[in-house]
Amino acid sequence: MRIGFDAALGPHAEALKLRSARTEVLARNIAHADTPGYLARDIDFRAELARRLEEGGDAGRLRATDRRHLATGAAATDTVTLKYRTPLMPSFDGNTVDTQTEQAAFAENNLQFQAALQFVNSRLKSLLGAIKGE
Amino acid sequence: MSLLNVFDVSGSAMAAQSVRLNTTASNIANAESIAENPQDTYRARHPVFAQALDRQIGLGGADSEASQGVQILGIVESDAPLEYRYEPDHPFANEEGFVAYPNVSVVEEMANMISASRSFELNVEVMNTARTLAERVLSMGQ
Repeated sequence: MRIGFDAALGPHAEALKLRSARTEVLARNIAHADTPGYLARDIDFRAELARRLEEGGDAGRLRATDRRHLATGAAATDTVTLKYRTPLMPSFDGNTVDTQTEQAAFAENNLQFQAALQFVNSRLKSLLGAIKGE
Repeated sequence: MSLLNVFDVSGSAMAAQSVRLNTTASNIANAESIAENPQDTYRARHPVFAQALDRQIGLGGADSEASQGVQILGIVESDAPLEYRYEPDHPFANEEGFVAYPNVSVVEEMANMISASRSFELNVEVMNTARTLAERVLSMGQ
């Protein structure tokens, strides 16, 4: 058995990162509920997580440490692909934010975030237990 | 960390909504204000919201596209026609006896006020949630 943080935490660390990114995207949608012409965005969680796990964590990746660095193909794994939400009801000012939908998505994402956090936490606790030999 | 960007985004939205609430208050307060000259009569004011392009986060980061707050492009005055009321005894009445009142629609302003306060509340809630999540992350492994 390989011992390391990546192996021990499994997919939960990536899921947690993605959940926190999604929290921000949804918060932005809610913030722009009254901005004319704003298009609501969201993350396709399943596809994004699958892509990240396939590309495999942080190992062997070029990291942009300066804002002037060019984004390479490998560095692009750090970015999140945002999709546009299909509006249920068109509005006069071109805004596609449906506050209720966003609020529901935010609440759901909040719960999922806490679930991912719990998983990471319990994995860390079991690592700790193994280290201490209790 | 994206959780902390939520504070920036929601904070900018709260600031924008409070400006909107301010203009609404100003409009309602001045709904009956008249001036000697119709050109100087108060006109309803409304803020124009837009997306603020935040370039500080840098290229290629996970949050480069995501952290865009609300920006107020400016406050525009409504060009709806003024409301002329027939008050021949008024000192500011014109030759035909009409007085120019502001083009403030109080009903519209009330609707605006409710919408602004709802949006504000929602953003406060989002911020509180983000704070709870960040606190839980901080206490990870304890």
